[in-house]
Amino acid sequence: MAWTKKILRVNLTQGKVASEALNMDWARKYLGQRGLASKYLTEEVDPKVDALSPGNKLIFATGPLTGTMASTAARFSVITKSPLTGTIACSNSGGYFGAELKYAGWDMIILEGKSPKPVVLIIENDKARLEPANELWGKSVWEADAGIKQRFQSPEMKVAGIGGAGENGVLFAAIVNDLHRAAGRSGVGTVMGSKNLKAIGVRGTLGVGNIHNPAKFMEAVGAGKAVLKANAVTGQGLPTYGTQVLMNVINESGALPTRNFKEVQFESAGKISGEAMHAKRPDGSANLLTTQACFGCTIACGRVSKIDPTHYTVKDKPQYQKASGGLEYENAWSLGADTGVGDLEAITFVNFLCNEHGMDPITFGATVAAAMEMYEAGAITDKDTGFPLKFGSAEALIKCAELTAKGEGFGKMLGLGSKRMCEKYKRPEMSMTVKGQEFPAYDARGIQGMGLSYATSNRGACHLRGYTVSSEILGIPVKTDPLSTEGKAPLVKAFQDATAVVDSSGLCLFTTFAWGMNEIQPQIQAACGEEFTVDYLMTLGERVWNLERRFNNAAGLTAKDDTLPQRLLKEAAKTGPAKGKVNELGKMLPQYYELRGWSSDGVPTKDTLQRLGL
Amino acid sequence: MAKALHITVEKCTGCLQCEMACSYEKEQVFNPSHSMIRVFHFHDEGRYVPYTCTQCAEAWCMQACPVDAIKLDATLDRKVVVNASCVGCKVCTIACPFGTINYQPHTGKVAKCDLCGGDPACAKFCPTGAISFVDADIPGYLKMKAWAAKTSPQVA
Repeated sequence: MAWTKKILRVNLTQGKVASEALNMDWARKYLGQRGLASKYLTEEVDPKVDALSPGNKLIFATGPLTGTMASTAARFSVITKSPLTGTIACSNSGGYFGAELKYAGWDMIILEGKSPKPVVLIIENDKARLEPANELWGKSVWEADAGIKQRFQSPEMKVAGIGGAGENGVLFAAIVNDLHRAAGRSGVGTVMGSKNLKAIGVRGTLGVGNIHNPAKFMEAVGAGKAVLKANAVTGQGLPTYGTQVLMNVINESGALPTRNFKEVQFESAGKISGEAMHAKRPDGSANLLTTQACFGCTIACGRVSKIDPTHYTVKDKPQYQKASGGLEYENAWSLGADTGVGDLEAITFVNFLCNEHGMDPITFGATVAAAMEMYEAGAITDKDTGFPLKFGSAEALIKCAELTAKGEGFGKMLGLGSKRMCEKYKRPEMSMTVKGQEFPAYDARGIQGMGLSYATSNRGACHLRGYTVSSEILGIPVKTDPLSTEGKAPLVKAFQDATAVVDSSGLCLFTTFAWGMNEIQPQIQAACGEEFTVDYLMTLGERVWNLERRFNNAAGLTAKDDTLPQRLLKEAAKTGPAKGKVNELGKMLPQYYELRGWSSDGVPTKDTLQRLGL
Repeated sequence: MAKALHITVEKCTGCLQCEMACSYEKEQVFNPSHSMIRVFHFHDEGRYVPYTCTQCAEAWCMQACPVDAIKLDATLDRKVVVNASCVGCKVCTIACPFGTINYQPHTGKVAKCDLCGGDPACAKFCPTGAISFVDADIPGYLKMKAWAAKTSPQVA
């Protein structure tokens, strides 16, 4: 059956831990990870709760396939109410932590209340306990990782935790595991910090063995791996360039937001691209040292980089001259194109800082970009910032990262995210956000479907809820015209529902460059049970989507929030294939609501809820 | 012809499919902590290194065992732990210079790589070819070939 059927419930207020049985009816209806934990959250947390109050809960959840030999079965998600968006938040991560948690015998950890003092949660198989954080509080993610392994004498322990950003209430703090994998978005790390929980250390030696049909499972995962290997994106593009394979492609499509979305093409895209990471320096080394797979992954898109030790950013700082997590496409965009910084080594350094201190690099970079625009427009000055903050300044970007993580000076303002920051300076139009969360690296003027995907995403602007870039740019599974709105409503819905299934299974979304439901479903069915047919799973995905939507509606969000910043709706793209285009959200949204079975004000109808068993 | 596991470190991505495959082959459970092959991560250097028993000819584990629980299987050129004889005294784990035979608390016996009866699961499931199962005299030859390839082309 693939689930461990056990939940670890941790009451931080009382300092108590308890084991409870997984609700198997819910597991069959919501699968695992994103879907199942969202069900628990919506049952246990008032949607109107203050996200940073003890009434909010924080759930770490694995999927039924996590820790198995299915390719990419490393994933776990962190589910909570977001302090950044006020919506339900679900941030997904890879690395090794998720599989380790499963091997310790737990499908999920539900953390509730607030610890009176900073603590760490230590899990060794079926034994779990809270320990005082002591000297670990105040330490970076990297120091805490080493500190926990040392203090608890468990070198194989896997650690997920927060750094300065999470401790200091930065609203986009990430939870970082295995040093540089992250449940990055929506401020899940801020919630962890608000609960005085520094980190979770887990060691699991029990394994996963209760597969429904082992022979069929091994056959299905084997077939799946062969498909990944034969596919151009998962077999060549991602292993060679990582997600950074996209930098030049998206720039050429005229959909690379540049300088806070004022432009859609970046003149230095080539300098911060995947190809640039491979380029040899005079001494024969390169920014990219090697690739790294997450647990069980046969794609291996992860980047491991080493900054040029003579570069000014790290020259006198040996701790940053070691190899660490390199640039992914989204981060290279937010720290690079969006801020106008074209220095690969400098943005690699800022990426290191984001991992070290536990910050979402997308929201961080985009917030700096908004501040840069305000600075150039004269809405803020050196008096506010303490230093010049112009587009293209790597020095300013680095300074911003350090101040934000520490919660000092102008960093306090940046730590609010761009929406709150721009409102404070009375320039709300300069915040490039949906529902308070910053966009990732695709301009909705050049990729129309992404506009609808962003506007309707249940966690605010995000590329991981309905990645129609696949279809509109890469032609997967079928090519659609990125500049047309036609057919985009059903496309977005189909991507959103399928993604909800993948995010609930333990698998990585990147498999879907090669896998469709025909590859994914047999793996889930063989692991979990015969009832998991393709139709059953697609309905399950739609159920998860509507469950999240219902939480958001109850939290006070309405159809008015399903929109895009005026810049994308009114200011046309200046160059490239999308020149002269704005995003035509208005043409897509009504059809989307209709297809979803929602009223014209974006609320699921009674019939829809009934059909989905909600 | 005898075959041996051959590891090409540069090809390893650290995915641990080999560890899962090993434990699944032996116990029908995905459990890297019971794997006979281990991948070590040297994070700061960006290196992942799979390591397992090399099936030494003069196997120290076999020589040291006081109850004769480690046997040579000449057909596959492997050393195998006989569970019925092993008393879990751990002397072999001290004798092995490489640390590749280990005591398993959950069984009370030692365990080591036995090449899965001639079709090692780790090699079968390695997605990058970092672990292969080849003729025992090939590994050195491959290294030699790699070095030979680095020589300068002949000047005409």
